[in-house]
Amino acid sequence: MADKVLMKGNEAIAEAAIIAGCRHYFGYPITPQTEVAAYMAKKMPKIGGVFLQAESEIAAINMVYGVSSTGKRVMTSSSSPGISLKGEGLSYLAGSDLPALVVNVQRGGPGLGGIQPSQSDYFQSTRGGGHGDYRMIVLAPASVQEMAELTVKGFELADKYRMTAMVLADGTMGQMMEPVSLDIEVAPQPEKPWATTGTKLEREHNIVNSLSLVPDELEMLNFKRYERYKVIEENETMYEEYMVDDADIVIAAFGIAARVSKNAVNEARVMGIKAGLIRPITLWPFPVAPFEKAVEHAKQFISVELSMGQMIEDVKLATKCRVPVTLCNRAGGMIPSPDQVLTAIKEAANEGGNK
Amino acid sequence: MVVFDKPHALIDVPLHYCPGCTHGIVHRLVAEVIDELGIEGRTIGIAPVGCSVMAYNYFNCDMIEAAHGRAPAVATGVKRSDPENHVVFTYQGDGDLASIGMAETVHAAARNENITIIFINNAIYGMTGGQMAPTSLPGQVTQTSPYGRDPKLCGYPIKVCEMLSELEGPEYLERVTVNSVPHIRAAKKAIKKAFQNQLDGKGFSLIEVISSCPTNWGMTPQAALQWIEDKMLPYYPLGVYKDRSAQKEAE
Repeated sequence: MADKVLMKGNEAIAEAAIIAGCRHYFGYPITPQTEVAAYMAKKMPKIGGVFLQAESEIAAINMVYGVSSTGKRVMTSSSSPGISLKGEGLSYLAGSDLPALVVNVQRGGPGLGGIQPSQSDYFQSTRGGGHGDYRMIVLAPASVQEMAELTVKGFELADKYRMTAMVLADGTMGQMMEPVSLDIEVAPQPEKPWATTGTKLEREHNIVNSLSLVPDELEMLNFKRYERYKVIEENETMYEEYMVDDADIVIAAFGIAARVSKNAVNEARVMGIKAGLIRPITLWPFPVAPFEKAVEHAKQFISVELSMGQMIEDVKLATKCRVPVTLCNRAGGMIPSPDQVLTAIKEAANEGGNK
Repeated sequence: MVVFDKPHALIDVPLHYCPGCTHGIVHRLVAEVIDELGIEGRTIGIAPVGCSVMAYNYFNCDMIEAAHGRAPAVATGVKRSDPENHVVFTYQGDGDLASIGMAETVHAAARNENITIIFINNAIYGMTGGQMAPTSLPGQVTQTSPYGRDPKLCGYPIKVCEMLSELEGPEYLERVTVNSVPHIRAAKKAIKKAFQNQLDGKGFSLIEVISSCPTNWGMTPQAALQWIEDKMLPYYPLGVYKDRSAQKEAE
């Protein structure tokens, strides 16, 4: 068995990025993800990598754009208000088909909001965040171990599909410490013949570009990108199912909300209520299949979120609203307790869910 | 015997620029320098939003299109990806470099980022059809200053070379123009030095090129070149604003 080390979630992300072969990190301080930058500042110079504190989140994402253009693995990290600033860059990365890893350790909003954990950037990350038709692969860790594993996975997916992968964590995941195994396998990096590294006078010049002034050509680029997205939907969806097979009440939750909900499910089972949990690990692509399967026997779905209810829309779409989908939530940096979730489960059961 | 030919670093296609625009001249100067230094195979150019955003169609080296104002940040990434081999230049207009991208410009200069910036200052936004730029002159009539730029209302034009010269960071800052043959020759010398500095590892070099925009100035190409002489150069004096290596040698 591999040795485990005790690490903060933010540090696990940084170390996993280095394991994945990332040698370029650009960031700007913002709570609660600053440990990623601090870790990189310490480590990168010692391994011949680059850590640079940018003048803004906007500059940081454009430095990412520059390194990615040259074909190397590169990342930035931030928290909610900073991710809004990166929105322009995320759109350009998508338009230029450049791979990158972006980490969002979410805090409560809108505006400056607070610095406590939140999941209220679900819309922003699963619907794009910047302008134009595009998607990002959105990975939602629920443990420090997953912070590390999904960081490596994010780099691999980003390279494979030439797009941004976002690790969408929250302040809890970033700040909490857990034992983590860093014995993570990394697949070989793909060739990047499109990269702008100099022609060496041996090939035609490469161009990294998101401008396309001819409408039918731009339309074709969008069509092609969405064909690629379809392949991702078919092949890269990840989720965890917990006691769903016979469940009457099915909870949908990701990240810290899923950890809390699992406790509530266990308690409900002790009380004889058939509760279960579907935990999306990829928020985009959203795991529709387990919901389609569960809606065949479930009487009610409860979306447990640290937001005013964002993922609930995807749950309703996935279940086609065939049974009630309700919300159990806290917002603004508050976290639902297992008791709150258990109460929601019991209420659902009393309303006829548990027959 | 061929005495005058197209530089290899410039692709043989028609440019989209308006008649009389000086972008063509500056493109050629940059390409001649790339040829003469023998660096085309390791050069990566970055052109952000503006009239020159489609420079990727004209330069034979690898090219990157960037978001408005962000080229110095993108260049930072490209350079730091492989500092030994990559030769990196940005080609930016005045709205791009001195308005929306001012933070990126100042901080790349402050870091003495080892890149070359070609800064086209024609005192107007060209691509969007002639709006007031951060470098538009007091009294200058544009689409968004129809009664003439009023400094009381929208401030004074920014003198980029003067401003950056106050920083410890940058290696080389020079302002040139291309409104006459002698000025064009001087501009080429400055651009070549700006690339040579990068090859020598000396750091951030910015060449501000006072340029013309006959279309949006509403002038003939000839009158536009004269307007540079009469109106632009008194406000934007030509010259070297910083040359740290030369300063050190002199000391």
